[in-house]
Amino acid sequence: MTDHFEDLHEAEELTADEEKLLDELGLEGESRRRFLGQVGAAGFSVFAMQLIAERQALAAGEVPIEPAAERLPLENSVKVAFNVNGEKRSVTVDSRTTLLDTLRERLDLTGSKKGCDHGQCGACTVIADGRRVLSCLTLAVTCEGKDVTTIEGLAKGETLHPMQDAFVKYDAFQCGYCTPGQICSAVALLDEAKRGEASYVTETTGNRSAKLSDDDIRERMSGNICRCGAYPNILKAIKEVHRGEETAATWNFAKPGLLKKEVGDETV
Amino acid sequence: MRPFKYQSAATVKDAVGAVSKSEGSKFIAGGTNLVDLMKEDVERPAALIDVSRIDLKQVRSEGDSVVIGAMAKNTDTANHPLVRMNFPLLSQAIFAGASAQIRNMATNGGNLMQRTRCVYFYDTSMPCNKRERGSGCGAKEGLNRMHAIFGWSDECVAVHPSDMCVALAALDAVVKVEGPEGKTRDVPFSAFHRLPGDDPTRDNELKNGELITSITIPKNKFAGNSYYLKVRDRASYAFALVSVAAALELDGEKIKDVRIALGGVAHKPWRARKAEDYLRGKAPKTEEFEKAAKLELADARALEHNAFKVPLAERAIVRALRQASQ
Repeated sequence: MTDHFEDLHEAEELTADEEKLLDELGLEGESRRRFLGQVGAAGFSVFAMQLIAERQALAAGEVPIEPAAERLPLENSVKVAFNVNGEKRSVTVDSRTTLLDTLRERLDLTGSKKGCDHGQCGACTVIADGRRVLSCLTLAVTCEGKDVTTIEGLAKGETLHPMQDAFVKYDAFQCGYCTPGQICSAVALLDEAKRGEASYVTETTGNRSAKLSDDDIRERMSGNICRCGAYPNILKAIKEVHRGEETAATWNFAKPGLLKKEVGDETV
Repeated sequence: MRPFKYQSAATVKDAVGAVSKSEGSKFIAGGTNLVDLMKEDVERPAALIDVSRIDLKQVRSEGDSVVIGAMAKNTDTANHPLVRMNFPLLSQAIFAGASAQIRNMATNGGNLMQRTRCVYFYDTSMPCNKRERGSGCGAKEGLNRMHAIFGWSDECVAVHPSDMCVALAALDAVVKVEGPEGKTRDVPFSAFHRLPGDDPTRDNELKNGELITSITIPKNKFAGNSYYLKVRDRASYAFALVSVAAALELDGEKIKDVRIALGGVAHKPWRARKAEDYLRGKAPKTEEFEKAAKLELADARALEHNAFKVPLAERAIVRALRQASQ
């Protein structure tokens, strides 16, 4: 049986320049055939040139600005300006682009994760104008003038946000994929509780000094799914930050400072 | 997702004008349902008119009613003192729906406008009369565990997924809409959403270009005796198998007035009027609640996989009423 790609492309003549481009990309044999199959032999040199240009720019330490936007004609382009982690950002996007894709693909903020991309898992949770929202169901064009905080914006320099510290301390994750969403959600949750906002299981509504029960925290975090099932430790982490009462770290890789408090000088 | 033009509207007039002028235009507010459906290629608008910035976000008292703005977020509505104080049933129902993130994005108008839907509606490889009129219904003879037991037709057996709307149905809310040329009209809540009949493509009675501007809830005496019960497959963040909005006005040992609405059982929030009629004037006792629930469910028609919803709804009504009466 003839190889499909060979059939399609190897028979076509490549110019000497195109052969050179493929060599520069380091594509030989099977990977060369697959590459040609994907881009179509006729159009490949344009694509290859862009790849090479980007590689050279990266090697020289220059990060190309908005590479995707430069390359692709946008059908319904809209310019949108908003603040991300305290910084003014302005991008021109196709009207279809979600906030999540804008953050990840255009602004190099890959902390927010794409889980289900349908608003069912919470991995893409970010904080917009003080409220946790799903960036996968938010169109970027609707964010004009908004303040967006992502997981990258929570730490102050090298100092982690207390919620990040608590997640590390309690080992509140396994694979870590849902964690940025969990942490953004948890940070916003505590603000909601401070404002006296209720939930479906809140027993004493409107009592601003009330501490959330375990059930209440679980209910309020139900929009963030953790496939690894780290829920018990996520709960512990949130509880500690919420109550402001530190409890003992129980595992060896917890932050040195936190461990020291509990076991003295013997460790670390 | 298919390409679409985007425009942000500053006023109701601008928004209504833009949508009524061009075919295939749709309003977008929170986008939690619409954007998802666009990703699945179920909704294919040619243009989106963003109404979320229109100044319709207030919750205020007006005479003997509370008026909630169409663009107020579900979260802000559920937490508003006027709502919590006067209609705890509505607060509870909103909190029972979706997740905190979605409630932060979703608007009140959008909650009413979310599609009545099922998995076959979402699956473009399956027939669906709601998606494409006349193509058939995958659910009626398919996996229909989540589907309707009241008011369905051969064309469609999907259920309306909102919790907020179940409470609004029980509270006899009125939906204010504005259409082309500034024409406004008031739609009683129970007449807002539709049963599928022979045209399930339409979920509600809105005409093209009409925009919800506010929802009016008449003040009542149910605040002390109401309860929203939601029964679902997991403890939180799941659609209702059955939900019950129950509200009682008690006069000594008698039920002076009562409201019961069900979610998860029909193409629209289902007002349990037979149960209500039976209970007026009766004592708020479990035996009476049971009789009323049985009466309401006598008309239920189960599908192959959802017969469990009939006894479940019956018991849920009783439990919600008992909880409300305490």
